Amino acid sequence: MELSIFLVQCLNAIQYGLLLFLVASGLTLIFGIMGVINLAHGSFYMIGAYMAYALAPFFGDQFLLQMAVGVVLSVAFGFVLEWAFFSYLYQRNHLQQVLMTYSLILVFEEARSMLAGNDVHGVAIPAWLAGSIRLGDVMQYPIYNLFASAACIVVAIGLYLVVNRTRLGMMIRAGASNRDMVRGLGINIRLLYRIVFAAGVALAALAGMIAAPVSSVYPGMGGQILIICFVVVVIGGIGSISGALIAALLVGFVDTFGKVFFAQFSGLSIYLLMAVILIWRPQGLISKGY
Amino acid sequence: MVQAQQAQQAPIKVGLMLPATGTYAGLGDMIEKGFKLFVSEQGGKLAGRELQYFKVDDESDPAKATDNVNKLIKRDQVDVLIGTVHSGVAMAMAKAARESNTLLIVPNAGADVITGAMCAKNIFRTSFTNWQPAYAMGIVAAKNGHKKAMTITWNYAAGIESAKGFVEGFEKGGGKVTQNLTLPFPNVEFQALLTEIAAQKPDAVFAFFAGGGAVKFVKDYAASGLNKTIPLYGPGFLTDGTLEAQGAAAQGMSTTLHYADRLNTPRDNTFRLSFAKLYKTNADVYAVQGYDAAQLLAAGIKAVDGDIKKRDQMIAAMASSQIDSPRGKFTLSAAHNPVQDIYLRKVNGNLNEAQSVAIKALADPAKGCRM
Amino acid sequence: MSTSVSLYRSARLPLAALLIAAAMPWFLSEYTQSLLVNILIYAIFALSLELLVGTTGLVSLGHAAFSGVAAYVTALLMEVTGPGDMLLVLPAAMLGAGAYALFVGALSLRTRGVYFIMVTLAFAQMAFFIFHDTAIGGGSDGMYLSSRPSLALAGKVLIDLESPQQFYFFTLACLAVTYALLAVLLRSRFGRALAGIRLNEQRMRAVGFPTYGYKLAAFVIAGMLAGLAGFLMAARTGVVNPELLSWHESGAVLLMLILGGLGSLRGAVIGAAAFILLKEFYSSEAVFGPFALHWQMSLGVTMILCVALLPHGLIGLRFPLKLRSGLRAKQGVTHG
Repeated sequence: MELSIFLVQCLNAIQYGLLLFLVASGLTLIFGIMGVINLAHGSFYMIGAYMAYALAPFFGDQFLLQMAVGVVLSVAFGFVLEWAFFSYLYQRNHLQQVLMTYSLILVFEEARSMLAGNDVHGVAIPAWLAGSIRLGDVMQYPIYNLFASAACIVVAIGLYLVVNRTRLGMMIRAGASNRDMVRGLGINIRLLYRIVFAAGVALAALAGMIAAPVSSVYPGMGGQILIICFVVVVIGGIGSISGALIAALLVGFVDTFGKVFFAQFSGLSIYLLMAVILIWRPQGLISKGY
Repeated sequence: MVQAQQAQQAPIKVGLMLPATGTYAGLGDMIEKGFKLFVSEQGGKLAGRELQYFKVDDESDPAKATDNVNKLIKRDQVDVLIGTVHSGVAMAMAKAARESNTLLIVPNAGADVITGAMCAKNIFRTSFTNWQPAYAMGIVAAKNGHKKAMTITWNYAAGIESAKGFVEGFEKGGGKVTQNLTLPFPNVEFQALLTEIAAQKPDAVFAFFAGGGAVKFVKDYAASGLNKTIPLYGPGFLTDGTLEAQGAAAQGMSTTLHYADRLNTPRDNTFRLSFAKLYKTNADVYAVQGYDAAQLLAAGIKAVDGDIKKRDQMIAAMASSQIDSPRGKFTLSAAHNPVQDIYLRKVNGNLNEAQSVAIKALADPAKGCRM
Repeated sequence: MSTSVSLYRSARLPLAALLIAAAMPWFLSEYTQSLLVNILIYAIFALSLELLVGTTGLVSLGHAAFSGVAAYVTALLMEVTGPGDMLLVLPAAMLGAGAYALFVGALSLRTRGVYFIMVTLAFAQMAFFIFHDTAIGGGSDGMYLSSRPSLALAGKVLIDLESPQQFYFFTLACLAVTYALLAVLLRSRFGRALAGIRLNEQRMRAVGFPTYGYKLAAFVIAGMLAGLAGFLMAARTGVVNPELLSWHESGAVLLMLILGGLGSLRGAVIGAAAFILLKEFYSSEAVFGPFALHWQMSLGVTMILCVALLPHGLIGLRFPLKLRSGLRAKQGVTHG
C-alpha cells in the first residue's frame, strides 16, 4: 500500500469512527445515567438523516443553520419522547425495556414509511463544501468528508467541556457513577433525565444529519448503525464517554482496514475485535462496573 | 352449463405479492400502479371478467417468501400470482408456483434462473434477466474502444449475474476484464475499493448497484475524481429512479436498459400521460413492467374468452403473444422471458434519455431451461 | 403419591392441548394447517429461549443465531448427501447450533445484565455476516433445498417430510418432546439450580454452585433446542437465508415470550401462537383494508401496550381460573 493511499484510508477510518462516536455517546449516556437500554437509538440517527433531507430545500447552502435547527428540533423531540414514553421505562427491568424499545423501532420505521415514503433520497452537499482535495497522484478526497470529521471533533470537544466543566456535567458524572447519590443531593432528577435523554437524541440525530449527504437516506438505515454502536459501547465500557471515543475509533480502523485486507470477511472484523476484547476485559476498556 | 355461466361471472383472483415495507417498497408501489393502470384502461375488466385483488407484503425477505406466497396460493386460492421485486423472493415464488402449478407473472426480479433452470410452462416474466442489459453494455463498451475494464458489484445473485453478462459482451467485443470487485450487499462503504480502482487504472468500470447503493456509488465515484479519467458504465438500475439524489455526479453517464426516457414513441407518450394523470407522478421502468404484466395476463384471458379453466390454451396464447409495451413491442422467448430491444441511454438532467438501440431483439440464452 | 398427582395435574392441560392439536389436520384447510405448523415450530423456538430468559434470567437478544446455524447445517448437508437422511441431518443441525452456542455462551456469560444483552446480539450479528458475506451458504441469496429430509430404516421409509400430514405430526411430536424434556429438566436438581441463579446468583455461588458451568450448560441446551426449530424451519420452507439469523428474528422470539408470559412453558407456546396470529391478523387485507400494509405499526403499538399493561403476559390473564383452583384447594378437592 502506498503511503498516500494509506493516509486516505486512515482519514476514512477516523471519519467513520467519529460518526460512530456521536451515535454511541448518546447511547452510553442514556444507559449510564438512567439505566435504560434503548434499541430505538438507531432510529434517532435515521430521523436525523431524514430531517436533513426534509430541511434541505428550506436552507439551501445555509448548512450550519440547518444543522442548528435540526438539533433544536431533535432536542424538542427528545423532550416529548422522554415525557411520553421513556420516563415510564425507568422502573422496568431490562427485558421489558428491550422489548418496548424494539417495538418502538417498528413504529418509527412504519411512521417513516408513511411520512417520507420508501424511496432512496440523496441530500445535496452545500456548494461551499463541494469539491475535492488532491491527495497523491490518483486520489482526490472529498472536502465534505473532512468537514464531517471536523464537525464531529467540535461536537466531541463540546461534549467533553460540558461534562467536565459545568454544573450540569457534574450532575451527569455523579449520576453515572452513582445513581442513588444524585437523588440524595436534591437535584431535580426528572429534569436531569429529560435533558440527558434529549441530548442523546440530539447527538444521534446530528450524526444522521452529518452522514446524510455522504450516505443518502434510505429505509432501515438505523438498524445497521445501532448494532455497531452496541459493539462500540461493549468495547468501550457502558456509561463511559471516553471509552466510547476510544472504542469508536478502534472500530473505525478495524472496519476500514478489514475491508482492504480481507474483503470477504470485512463484516466480521469488528465482531472478532469485540470477542477478543471480551476475553481480555469482559467489562470493557473503561469499566464503570454495571 | 349454468355452472360455467356462474364461473364466468365470478371475478378472477389476482394475487399481488409485492414489497410494501423495506428498501424496495417504492418499486412495488410503481409495479402495482402500472398493473392497475392497464386494467382501468380496459374499463376495470379483462375480457369481460372482473378482477379481485389479494395483496401480501413480501417484505423483500426470502426467509418469509414461502409463507407469504402460500397465503395467496392456499389461503386465497388465487388464479394468478404477480410478483415480485427481490430475486430471492421471486425464486421462492417460482418454486411454490411450480409445485402448485399456479400461473405466475414476474414483473421485475431479474434472476437468470427464473427463466433458466427454474423455468416452467406457468411462469412468465415481463421485465428482464440480469444478463440482458449487462451483456449489451459490454458490447457497447467494447465498441467505444475500451480494452481493459473492471467490474464492481454487490456480492449477490443479481450483481454477479450482471457482471458475468458484461464480461461476456465485453470479451466478445475484444476487450479484457481484469478484475471483478465485490462487496457484501447492501454495504455502501466504497472508498477502499475506489482506491483499488484508482491504483489499477482500467479504461472503463462497469458497476451494478441499485437504489441507495447506486446513489452513493455514483456520488463517491465522482467525488474521488475517477469519473474524469475512467468512464463509468452500468445497467440502467445504476441511474434509474436515483437521478434526483445523484445530482451532478451522474450527468453524462451511459447505461443500458430495456426502457428509457424520451423514447418519444406515440405508445410511450400516451402511456406516460395517462399514468401521470391518474397518479400525479411520472411513470418509470417498474411501472412499465407492471403495466405489461397486466397486458400479458389480458392476452391470455382474451384468448380463452374469459374462461380461465382452459389453462393450456391460455398459457399457449400468452407464450405466443406480442406485447405492445411502452418500451416498444416485444415477444416472449421459449423460456417466457421478453425478447426485447436494449437501449443505450445517456443521463441528462433528471432523465435517462434514449440515445440509440444498443442491441435489437435481444433474447436471454436461458441456460438450463428445459420445458 | 402427591408428586404423581401434581405431575398429573400440571400435565393435564398440555396433554389435552396435544390431543386437540393432533386432531386438527382433519378439520383444517391446507393453508391453516401450514400456519399451524409454523406456530408449532416457533413454539419450540420460544420454549428453547424460555430456558434462558424465564428460567435462568439470562436475556439473550441473539437466539436466532442458533436456529439459523442449524438451518444452514441442514441445507449444506443436504447439498452433499442428496435427499436428506434425518438420522444424520437432524443431529448434525442440533450439534452445529450447540457448538456455536458453546462458543457464544463461553464468551458472553463472562458479562452480565445489559452487557449480556448487547453481546449476544453482536454474536448473532457475527453469525449473520458469516453466512451473508461469504460464499459458504450462497451469500445474501441463501440456499434452496431440493427435497425434504426423510427417515428410513432398513430401506423402509418411516417418516417422509415431503408429506404435509407427516410434517405436521412430526413437528407436533418435536414440540411435545421439547415441552416434556423442559418440564422434566425444570423439576430436576439442575433446573432448580438455574432458578436459583435467576433469583440470586451470588448466594448460589456462595453455597458452592459453579454457576458459570450451569449457565453455560443451559445456554448450550437452549441453543440445541433452537437448532431443532431451525432444522424444521429449513425443512418446511425449503429456503435458507441469512434473514433467519437477523436480529429482528431474535427480537420477535423474545416478544413471543413476554407476550405469553415469562416463567412458564405454557406461556412460551401461547406467546408464539398469539404473536404469529397477531401478525397474520394485522397484515390481513380482509380485516384492515389498505392499512394492512402498515402492519408494523399495529404490531409495534400492540406490543408496547402488551408489555406495559400485561407484565405477566397472557398467562397472567388466568385470574378467574386461579380463583377457582384456590377455592377447590380450600374445599379439599384434589381431582376432577
